[in-house]
Amino acid sequence: MNESNSGSLYAAREPIFPKRVSGKFRQLKWWILGITLVIYYITPWIRWDRGPSLPDQAVLVDLAHRRFYFFWIQIWPHEFYFVAGLLIMAGIGLFIFTSALGRVWCGYACPQTVWTDLFILVERWIEGDRNARVRLWNAPWSARKARLRLTKWLVWLMIAVATGGAWIFYFADAPTLLRDFLTFQAPVVAYSTVAVLTATTFIFGGFMREQICIYMCPWPRIQAAMMDPDTLTVAYRDWRGEPRGKGMRRRAAAAETYAGGETGGRRSPVIPVPGLAQAAVAPVLARETPGDCIDCNACVNVCPMGIDIRDGQQMACITCALCIDACDEVMVKIGKPRGLIDYLALSDEPRERAGDPPRPIRQHVFRFRTLLYTAIWAVFGLGLLWALFVRPEIDVTVSPIRNPQFVTLSDGAIRNAYDIRLRNKHGDERPFRIVLAEGSGLAVTLEGASGDEVMVPADMTALHRVYVTAPAGSAPAAADASPVSFLITEPVSGESVEVGSVFNGKGSE
Amino acid sequence: MDDKETRDPVTGVDTTGHEWDGIRELNNPMPRWWLWTLYGTIVWGIGYAIAYPAWPLVQGATSGLLGYSTRGEVAAEIAAVDARNAEVSATLAAADLAALPVDDPAYQFGVSGGAAVFRANCSQCHGAGAAGGVGYPNLLDDSWLWGGTLDDIEYTVRHGIRNDIDADARFSQMPAFGEMLTKPEIAEIAEHVLALSGQDHDAAKAEAGATLFADNCASCHGETGTGDREQGAPDLTDAIWLYSGTREAVTETITNARFGVMPAWGPRLSDAEIKAVTLYVHQLGGGE
Repeated sequence: MNESNSGSLYAAREPIFPKRVSGKFRQLKWWILGITLVIYYITPWIRWDRGPSLPDQAVLVDLAHRRFYFFWIQIWPHEFYFVAGLLIMAGIGLFIFTSALGRVWCGYACPQTVWTDLFILVERWIEGDRNARVRLWNAPWSARKARLRLTKWLVWLMIAVATGGAWIFYFADAPTLLRDFLTFQAPVVAYSTVAVLTATTFIFGGFMREQICIYMCPWPRIQAAMMDPDTLTVAYRDWRGEPRGKGMRRRAAAAETYAGGETGGRRSPVIPVPGLAQAAVAPVLARETPGDCIDCNACVNVCPMGIDIRDGQQMACITCALCIDACDEVMVKIGKPRGLIDYLALSDEPRERAGDPPRPIRQHVFRFRTLLYTAIWAVFGLGLLWALFVRPEIDVTVSPIRNPQFVTLSDGAIRNAYDIRLRNKHGDERPFRIVLAEGSGLAVTLEGASGDEVMVPADMTALHRVYVTAPAGSAPAAADASPVSFLITEPVSGESVEVGSVFNGKGSE
Repeated sequence: MDDKETRDPVTGVDTTGHEWDGIRELNNPMPRWWLWTLYGTIVWGIGYAIAYPAWPLVQGATSGLLGYSTRGEVAAEIAAVDARNAEVSATLAAADLAALPVDDPAYQFGVSGGAAVFRANCSQCHGAGAAGGVGYPNLLDDSWLWGGTLDDIEYTVRHGIRNDIDADARFSQMPAFGEMLTKPEIAEIAEHVLALSGQDHDAAKAEAGATLFADNCASCHGETGTGDREQGAPDLTDAIWLYSGTREAVTETITNARFGVMPAWGPRLSDAEIKAVTLYVHQLGGGE
């Protein structure tokens, strides 16, 4: 690779002008682009009725009140393990996809890819396709160039503002925030968030594009460890394509220099695949009859990362498969079968080279590795589901007061105090009844309440001081410590929960 | 050392002309942006040292042109908080505590503010959890020497007990009976007191002590030993002892008497603070 020769880990950006392409993978990408964008922009505007005092936004990260609403699910701060669990699942999910299908996340669903695709689409609408854009790039500044550039940047900027703007709606009531935002009454953090996200979207999607994937994103550095020779990834069938019809002599010369470590002209590092290192570019060019590749460069021209897939597996390749579409189109035109560039596994290479068909796709997808990842992923998923369904509707914490451990009353009775934290997750004020679970002869008194019920306001946590008294001479009063169990009932829903604690007696003196 | 500049043939970079033992130094100057950043920070540092407190002197440090001080900032923050609470503080200071509803913001403010006042001023004697100690009343239980209503507690906090500061301080004094009674007599009274509180005792001595108790102690502690809040005389029949209820401790108390002093907080705390700490103590579980 040429970077290593120059000694620099960074190559200055060479402009890339991806050409328009059509085909099944491009079609799939359009669909994913549309669906993900719609989800992103629409989600905050979905309403969900939760009662009068709770927000009616279906998905809301309410940082101010420390609540996370996701449709019918409501997450409180002490349940943050749900979020942590989802993040772990997202990570393992990425492992599953990568080990089975390579960088499909990067190629199809990554926001950087989605927005870059959108920006390239705008670019193409305004400045034309690849050739027109190259001409415009090389042309001196003129009124037309300035007009096209400004129009493009303006549209990009509008998309960027909309992107940053949509993000803040996840954190506050969307209609209210939109009105406040437009009338300059929104909090400063809203404006600064939009400003930062607008800037990053505009710069990342418009000007840095593949630089983000190559230099800023950590995933390409990690993903090589998730892939193995059985992983389906975008690759070039060089045994079918080489030597290229055009420039056979040139390639022959290149093959000679390859032995000296010089492959020339590539701009991104090649991923070393154990056991199959560089097989795809090995100098196999002894035959005289040309291969299927006519060196039309269609695959290079459509690549948003600006690489030549025929050089083999490369770190910069996001496996978006646009080169497959481009090549298939050409193959159809010249009357050759499709699939010169294709999703294929490097482990099938010797088999295909020998003229045998590749192993079926399911053998690549369902392997020990992917099944293990799926099993780990499922363990987390089932665990979270289980936690979601068994978590009590009423949520209570009982903490005994330890300073002092107990108080002796004038009649010799021993009294312990407890702080009981009651969480009312409902949209209306609800009573909670606090009694002792078993008839142990202990008496419960609620500070500031006459009966055994306290009201907890809607969607609030209330802290109540509760006293438990053991009569003088009774077993718990004399014992060092004895178990005590509170039965807390929420009469409206009939939910109840039993919470154990400890009663300290005189014995501990 | 040869100071002649030459071009290094290997790297193609000029050398500085410095050479030691055949090793020549390449002339790779600091990047311009780096140098300008350095100069910028130097200028900024000088300006900072002039504008803000910086140079240590024999006493204190230079105060800086801007007159900035961290103490001043803290004072300003405290003043800002006080200003923010001024209204509710005034309400609390003027409130009749007994008539103050629990859900009144002033009540809530009083309880939480009172907790802070308690930690700063009262916990040294009464303990962080208000459980007191030997000689220092437990504020959590249901027994009060001078009364446990809001008004009683407020009076105690404001004027204190047996102090020389406040003429209105609650006052009473138990005589040291060691100077008036013989040791056997004191022992008999002690047995009687143990009997009053339902502890193990010598029945014969306690019987003998009953008359002595009636003659010497009943005027304050009552005929039945249930105490007198007017004089802060403890109830001797209950399970709560300020100075411990063992035979030795009771004998010691009768012989030498006790004289617990609590300072008057009126001169030191504001009206709002006194009312706040009163509310806090009252809601600890023993308030009447």
